[in-house]
Amino acid sequence: MKDYQDGYIKLALPKGRFLSPTASLLAEIGLGFQDYNDKTKQYRLRSARFPGLSAKMLQEKDISIQVAVGNYDLGICGLDWIEEFLVKYPAGALVKMSSLNYGEGSVHVVASTQAGITSLNELSTGRSYRIVSEYPNLAEAFALNLRMRRFRIFPVWGAAEAYPPEDADLAVLWGKSGAHIATQGLIPLKRLLPVTAFLIANRESLENKDLSRILMCFSSKLTAEPQTSIENGLDISEELKGTRPLWQAKEINLALPDGHQQAPTSQFLKQAGLALQGYSEEVVSRRPSADLDWLGIKVIRPQDMPLQVANGNFDLAITGEDWLLEHLYRFPSSPVKKLFAFGFGTVKIVAAVSQEMPVSNIDELRSFVQRSPNLIGAPLKVASEYINIADKYLRDNHINPYKLIPTWGASEAFLPEDADMLIDNVQTGKTLKQHKLKIIDVLFRSWACLIANSDAIGASSQKREKMEFLTQKLRAGLS
Amino acid sequence: MQNQKCKGMQDLLPGDMLRFRRIEDVFRTCCRNWGYQEVRTPTLEYLYLFTATGTLTPSMLSKVYSFLDWDGWSGERVVLRPDGTIPVARLYIDNLSGQELARLFYVTNIFAFEGTGKENRERWQCGAEVFGGARFAPDVEVILLAREVIRRLGIRNVGLQLSHAGLVKALLKELKLSPGEEAKMTNRILEGNWQALTKAKSTNPEIDGLIATLLGLNGKSSSFLHNVKASFPKASQDFKSSLEDLISVTTLLDNLGCSYKIDIAAIHGFEYYTGVCFQFLADGKKIGGGGRYNNLVPLMNGEDIPACGFALYIDPIMKLFPLEKEEKGESRILVKGKELTPEIAKTCFTVAESLRDAGHQAELDFTGRKESNYRWVVLVSGKEPSPFMLTDCVQGRQRDAASMAEILKVVSEG
Repeated sequence: MKDYQDGYIKLALPKGRFLSPTASLLAEIGLGFQDYNDKTKQYRLRSARFPGLSAKMLQEKDISIQVAVGNYDLGICGLDWIEEFLVKYPAGALVKMSSLNYGEGSVHVVASTQAGITSLNELSTGRSYRIVSEYPNLAEAFALNLRMRRFRIFPVWGAAEAYPPEDADLAVLWGKSGAHIATQGLIPLKRLLPVTAFLIANRESLENKDLSRILMCFSSKLTAEPQTSIENGLDISEELKGTRPLWQAKEINLALPDGHQQAPTSQFLKQAGLALQGYSEEVVSRRPSADLDWLGIKVIRPQDMPLQVANGNFDLAITGEDWLLEHLYRFPSSPVKKLFAFGFGTVKIVAAVSQEMPVSNIDELRSFVQRSPNLIGAPLKVASEYINIADKYLRDNHINPYKLIPTWGASEAFLPEDADMLIDNVQTGKTLKQHKLKIIDVLFRSWACLIANSDAIGASSQKREKMEFLTQKLRAGLS
Repeated sequence: MQNQKCKGMQDLLPGDMLRFRRIEDVFRTCCRNWGYQEVRTPTLEYLYLFTATGTLTPSMLSKVYSFLDWDGWSGERVVLRPDGTIPVARLYIDNLSGQELARLFYVTNIFAFEGTGKENRERWQCGAEVFGGARFAPDVEVILLAREVIRRLGIRNVGLQLSHAGLVKALLKELKLSPGEEAKMTNRILEGNWQALTKAKSTNPEIDGLIATLLGLNGKSSSFLHNVKASFPKASQDFKSSLEDLISVTTLLDNLGCSYKIDIAAIHGFEYYTGVCFQFLADGKKIGGGGRYNNLVPLMNGEDIPACGFALYIDPIMKLFPLEKEEKGESRILVKGKELTPEIAKTCFTVAESLRDAGHQAELDFTGRKESNYRWVVLVSGKEPSPFMLTDCVQGRQRDAASMAEILKVVSEG
């Protein structure tokens, strides 16, 4: 039961794209938080003006969910993530308060210029369309509303623009403008919604709790904007032509990681004698090229690789063992297998709790949960970006009951207020200490590894030879 | 103790199950008598069976329970059966399409999300489908079959409403809306918002008059439809042929003495209907419905086979039954051990087995609780010369019994 008497108000603020305009807005309306900037190491922010007000910096994706579950009374995030939540859970506890008049771009449905799809009318045929998106719920709603007879949604962590045409027919993605999308070799078929920042609230908090002091600060900015419907704004631009070189089918397709893994992977490939253009520490191209004409390379998120390899979009990929395991726990009969691990990209997957929790290992945690469910407010809330690994770990250790909170990295921000435990990767463990957390278990160590589709391994002898050649070359880089 | 039942789900308690089984038994008997064969489809189906236009409406699709299976890395979603008819059509196409005529029935649960959690998210229905068959005769057959089930269940004050999906579609065409607007209007109508149709004024006053007539008047015989036909001679060909179809069905129903009301709004929720649609209402509550769906089988890559069917909704029908007491203990016998010793227990089990072998219901008890609602109670004391005491619960009389044979004799003679 929440305590509505103390007037304690919690606000969720965005990291990333909306951080600086949100910080300016808050300063302007007298709600500034001193440490709310992109340099800060703090997740928890206190208001100088309102002692009862606290804020936390979270990923935008997490904010709509966190406000809906009631961990925060108010939040600010982009309309894309709000609609992504609302389209799936319209009866949920998330209330859109007002547009904050800043934002950028829109969520579009796009196809590759090379796919030959120029209008939505072409999509209601009987064939199956693959739709890739960071917004799987919006993508599904779009497909259902369009009455696409058959479709498959591939949720991805990022780089959706890299998939069409060969690895997806359509992508639902954010883009600054039609022109911006066109530079990626894509045609916007439909604008689903404009992305502006919104103030959102938890329904129960609005109904029960006095938020008026904070809402009054916003009132100068609260405008009765017409609600933007995701049905509006059809702008099919057939004229837009991509600048990307023509894509050609290659015999072997390799996926390489972006993000943290890019630099060590690039270094390793150099060491292995695989010369690539467009994949170094400085240059980021989604489609680097190699001097092997039969090799197609694409740079995507390591999290997304096992699923993509399982579907045959790639024959080989360099990802982490953690993400391979996460995939295999979800899809035990998947054809993806690990060929070998590299010597870089090592992380530990750990379970951690607040230093104040009187447990030092998972067995003590189990009896703690059973003995004193009221202390932590059972079920045990576990934040993790590896939901399948976390799920299996908790089941195997008979932690009962528990509830998983999926996150998009930085799970440490959730403890101790919004989760009791995290299962996440660490390199040194320094970040955890900074946030007054302690490791109670190491689930496993994970290295970067080469994965393959076992069906592809059993393919034609020509293809097998080339895969063998590439695998040997990479293996040679190990020594 | 906190209730641990999943939100929107329901437990069926012994009393509920008695009513449930009675509905099921009556339904099964009727269907078999009409020559229908029972089938059962799996709980999981592929989502794509339900997504094409002409299957479920977008608003129904937004409420399905869909997810990725353990081997769903290809992104192919599966769904907890959201409808009874489409899976049976799939079963027919997969297995029975060589049959010119297939009469099938089923008792199944269907799943649809419901936001308040106050209504059931899992609902039960009894349905029957006819694949193939000559023109309007199967329409009348399924209506009469459904009516017979309802009559045999003893549900009173049931009204039959008739509509025609082809008529509604033809009316929509007459409004000459853009394809997008027509799709939206269709969805609104299928969600029960018929006002939308009257508000959408066409350029043709005759069409407005036709819509007003059909929505405003409730015909009770085929004569009404003949009147409509005579009043609007300029209606489209599609409209006229749908009207003729409805006239054939109503004429046959008239001749068979089946009363009904023509209510164009008696069509709800499904895109797959193409012809005559009907629903049954008891005290204003919908307890069943069905209709003709000639395009569904070809749409699902089957042959061009016409089909029609209906479903009766078990949940509202159960509420119409008085709370039935467990069948009065006409034949139930309680075998009671005076105490729980190995010898007495053995005798009790043996006695009960002999009674069951002789066709009686025999229940065991060793608790000493006060028994009720039995026809006979056999008390096993194990003491010679009469180890049994037999109580006639109806007559209120007791007597000793020396042997199993004696018990069987008394019990069988009643």
